Amino acid sequence: MSAALAVFLVLFAAVTLLGFAASRWRKGDLSQLHEWGLGGRRFGSVIVWFLLGGDLYTAYTFIAVPALMFGAGAPGFFAVPYTIMVYPLMYAVFPRLWSVARANGYVTAADFVRGRFGSGTLALAVAVTGIVATMPYIALQLVGIEVVLAGLGISGEWPLLIAFGVLAAYTYSAGLRAPAMIAVVKDILVYVTILAAVIVVPEQLGGYGKIFASIPAPKLLLAGATAHTLGSQAAYATLALGSALALLLYPHALTGVLSSASREVIRRNAVVLPAYSLALGLIALLGYMAIAAGVQSMPAHAAGFKAFGANYAVPALFLNAFPGWFVGVAFAAIAIGALVPAAIMSIACANLFTRNVYREYLRPDCTAARESQVAKVTSLVVKVGALVFVIALPAQYAIELQLLGGILIIQTLPSVVIGLYTRWLHPYGLLVGWAAGIGAGVAMWASLGFSKTTYNLVLFGTTIPCYAALCSLVANLLVAVLLSAILNVSVSRSSDATVPSHYR
Amino acid sequence: MIGRRAFCFALLLLPYIAMLWVPFYNRATPAIAGIPFFYWYQLLWIPLGSLLLFLVYRADHARPKD
Repeated sequence: MSAALAVFLVLFAAVTLLGFAASRWRKGDLSQLHEWGLGGRRFGSVIVWFLLGGDLYTAYTFIAVPALMFGAGAPGFFAVPYTIMVYPLMYAVFPRLWSVARANGYVTAADFVRGRFGSGTLALAVAVTGIVATMPYIALQLVGIEVVLAGLGISGEWPLLIAFGVLAAYTYSAGLRAPAMIAVVKDILVYVTILAAVIVVPEQLGGYGKIFASIPAPKLLLAGATAHTLGSQAAYATLALGSALALLLYPHALTGVLSSASREVIRRNAVVLPAYSLALGLIALLGYMAIAAGVQSMPAHAAGFKAFGANYAVPALFLNAFPGWFVGVAFAAIAIGALVPAAIMSIACANLFTRNVYREYLRPDCTAARESQVAKVTSLVVKVGALVFVIALPAQYAIELQLLGGILIIQTLPSVVIGLYTRWLHPYGLLVGWAAGIGAGVAMWASLGFSKTTYNLVLFGTTIPCYAALCSLVANLLVAVLLSAILNVSVSRSSDATVPSHYR
Repeated sequence: MIGRRAFCFALLLLPYIAMLWVPFYNRATPAIAGIPFFYWYQLLWIPLGSLLLFLVYRADHARPKD
């Protein structure tokens, strides 16, 4: 057994023990959904920092962002402005959602929409959107694990099955406490790896100046505007903004936010979470280091690049630059980094299904214990679904569907975010707007061959490359506002279960 | 306290202006230690954004409890 594999296995085993031990940490009654699925809403600033850090900056990000830099250059750096624009939003908006969720016992965004607008249909739309958008995201975490396993020379499906079986077991028994605890280990490993990478690798390559000098000029900057098109600068800005608006609407992000012990925890985290963005920015540059190191032309990595394309850039770089034992640490960081968000995502999907489908439509009279049990089983089903998806279908499908995920989830913004401030938008208007946004977004995605999300809008003879999520959101908002203006004077609506004091 | 609220709001808006005005930073110079402007400018805005949020947080907490 190589040193890399030995270190990897030891770290993986340690994390597994930790996951099972988590059910006894800050013990709560796990037969209550908010205990199993939100950790009892008792996580303080430090735990939420690790939890959200582990949740928002996923293993796939660590593979895919540098892969994009490696393949496309500057456009891949959009992850940096994206994560910069997330936090002011988190600071300003999400403490309100936390407060109203706390006051009314809401576990999901759909719970809030149900209470605020009194529309079960709108809540169902929000819940189903969340589940559908998250499923391929879970599948992508598996792709992340697959890539590092291949880097360790392990092939076949059984290691993936074991990793996910273990993950499913401790998520089932400990709920959100498990990923919260594991996130601490994961983040320490990630920071150690990044610190080593940004110091050791540039030294081997002759410094950052040399690294940037080895990048072909067309890759180094975004293509500028010409007379007929705004160029990739518009794509860059809209992709960053649209992704920032979508991120916190994802069920797994909301689960992290709602597990906070107070709204102050959320605010403090908006201030300190950018530390992860800095790590992400440095990770993005690993893509350039992989170009400078010339890993793609090395025979040792030919098989990996053949199987995973640019996604193999970071594993190849680590294998090339680090001693064997440290490769084990770095790969464990990525693999464990996949388990944390996969666990939180499956919990978030389980919360949505249980609260907004099962209890709302199938068994309105179910007990709290039954509700928690259904959520546990759902978290298993969700993971098995993701596993089947990754094993049965090419990884490309998961990647393409995850692109669609952003387009879908952003359509819940009018109901969830604007709903936090005003009830002026009519639930039917929101529902039709949601449908219009999804219709427009899916049509754009399909017209791009399912593989891209930058849609070329043509306005007054000028081509504006725009992230499909953002332009379909505009369609959604227009429809919602116009319809609400008509419906508000003609169609009566149910009352608001929340009062202004709930939001403070 | 409308003045302070507007001030906080403006602070929260700054990162969006800085990041969405892409033509401003889509260039190679001035480079620092061989790192083109495009890259270090955006990396610099990560701590700047965090600092702005810290200032807003401070301002929010300086306000008397209502």
